[in-house]
Amino acid sequence: MTATTLEPTTVGKAATVEFQGLRREFGATVALDGLDLTVRPGEFLALLGPSGCGKTTALRMLAGFEHPDSGAVLVDGEDVTRVPAHRRDAGMVFQSYSLFPHLNALDNVAFGLRMRKVRTAERRSRAAELLELVGLADKGDRFPHQLSGGQQQRIALARALALRPRVLLLDEPLSALDAKVRLALREEIRRLQQELGITTLFVTHDQEEALSIADRVAVMRAGRLEQCAEPGELYGRPATAFVAEFVGTMSRIPGRLAGPDVEVLGLRLPAEGTPPTASEVDVLVRPEAVHVTADEGGDAQVIATAFLGATTRLTVRLADGTEVKADLPTHEATALGAGAAVRVSLPQRPVLVAERAA
Amino acid sequence: MARRLNVWRWVVLGLAALYFLVPLAASVVFTVDVPGQGVTFDAYTQIVSTAGFGSSLLLSLELALATIAIVLLLMVPAMVALRLSAPRLRPVVEVVCSLPLVVPPIAFVAGIATVLKWGPDHLSRTPLFETFVAIQNPSFPFVLVLAYVVMALPFVYRALDSGLRAVDVRTLVEAARSCGAGWPQALVRAVLPNLRGALLNAAFLTLALVLGEFTVAQLLGFQPFAVWIYSVGGSQAQLSVAVSVLSLLVTWALLLALAGVGGRTRTASSRG
Repeated sequence: MTATTLEPTTVGKAATVEFQGLRREFGATVALDGLDLTVRPGEFLALLGPSGCGKTTALRMLAGFEHPDSGAVLVDGEDVTRVPAHRRDAGMVFQSYSLFPHLNALDNVAFGLRMRKVRTAERRSRAAELLELVGLADKGDRFPHQLSGGQQQRIALARALALRPRVLLLDEPLSALDAKVRLALREEIRRLQQELGITTLFVTHDQEEALSIADRVAVMRAGRLEQCAEPGELYGRPATAFVAEFVGTMSRIPGRLAGPDVEVLGLRLPAEGTPPTASEVDVLVRPEAVHVTADEGGDAQVIATAFLGATTRLTVRLADGTEVKADLPTHEATALGAGAAVRVSLPQRPVLVAERAA
Repeated sequence: MARRLNVWRWVVLGLAALYFLVPLAASVVFTVDVPGQGVTFDAYTQIVSTAGFGSSLLLSLELALATIAIVLLLMVPAMVALRLSAPRLRPVVEVVCSLPLVVPPIAFVAGIATVLKWGPDHLSRTPLFETFVAIQNPSFPFVLVLAYVVMALPFVYRALDSGLRAVDVRTLVEAARSCGAGWPQALVRAVLPNLRGALLNAAFLTLALVLGEFTVAQLLGFQPFAVWIYSVGGSQAQLSVAVSVLSLLVTWALLLALAGVGGRTRTASSRG
């Protein structure tokens, strides 16, 4: 499966997308509260956040299905805020199955070309080409109800790409699928996106999904952008406590600020970034950064273990009752069953500090 | 257990069939079996040759077509818009559309008759006077279409509502729009084909309503099929029963034709 004739036409015109101060209220709820975000040409950007954070609203504004109360949406520097949805040049894949039930797969893919009055023969050959691109060349005459969920979303992807859009919008396209299909399709989407070099926005609430396929991930919260960074940076150097806890697993250990350092677990570690004003703080640590060693005299206790394959995740209760998650290589963790007394420590590295949770 | 249930089903079906078929069969026998003459279809040939059969049936069909066209043009965009942009108004529209079921036709037609009498008196010097004359043209009384549109609202509303519930209109429209279809195209190309069943149902019910409607047409003094049946049947018992059997057959034939047309276009479109 190669990109055939699609490639040259789309690579040349990968678009920049800019959201400028987008604001939108639905009655009493603020869906977007001044969102600023720039998507680079050809980039795969994931919009990540809990439900109700405004990520879908932002995507729908780019598609032209919602209009901002204030702010602007720019594609290649051109303000498209007032352009109606059907002239936006944006292909979209929806969360729910959105194929036209009365058309077969081929006609579904050709729908946009038909709207553009492309001649029948050309329309059919292009639609067939797109079906091949998503690996369903033999399913052209099937109707949506005869296709599995994963196949339907592939067809929807082909349909979205049929008009050679400048941006591809994916609104949680995998959330209705079961785990195995989801994994396969997400790799497929990434492969296609890289082949076509099309600027892509991908909305998801699944952080693993976002981190695994996006070039950059924009974490949103309550209608605002918290942080937009590459997956590695987002995970390793989260800008805020919200990002730290939303992306990956984070444990909070009580500590006390002392100047630029923080005292935690009997250690004195430098605090990263600008520490909060209160002196009673929580130190945020990833499970893989926590050292757990068996120690008869240790004041911490393993309360649960979960086998994850190469690693085992321990849940450890500290002397003050705080629960901390720690990942250990499985061969080391075998000795540490539930109830074992252990000692917990942290590496000598700067740590992220947040205000103490209520 | 299942076997007993099965038996009961047949019993119920049999009773229902008796309830419907015995009167029908009795009617048919009564019309074709003339004492002393044996079986004869005189009653039926007599109907067809009676003056006004063709013209009244044609008028009813024209009225039905006009009513179906107008009520669908009115209700389909309204219901789709309601579903997409003002779902909270649905109960209001539902109540409004159900009103014709509550208001008896006799009260309805009394109101129309009053307006038709009152209107020309007050509007004699305006172009509207001509309008009042035109809608009462006996060869095609448009005022009946207006009345039937109102009377069909409850049925059309219900048929369309159930159809719209079965499809995700918002997603279909948005998918079509993101494929470059404008609003009218999205409606015609993406939503309507998926409402075929509902549209057909609405057309069915409206057709049946218009073919059988008597009160309004009779009281306003027009003569579509139902009124004509009444006028020819009043004098002879055998003829009147033959006429009702015939009207039943005509309605059935039309409904079957409509179903056939709908069914055929469906398979044709799925092939193309």
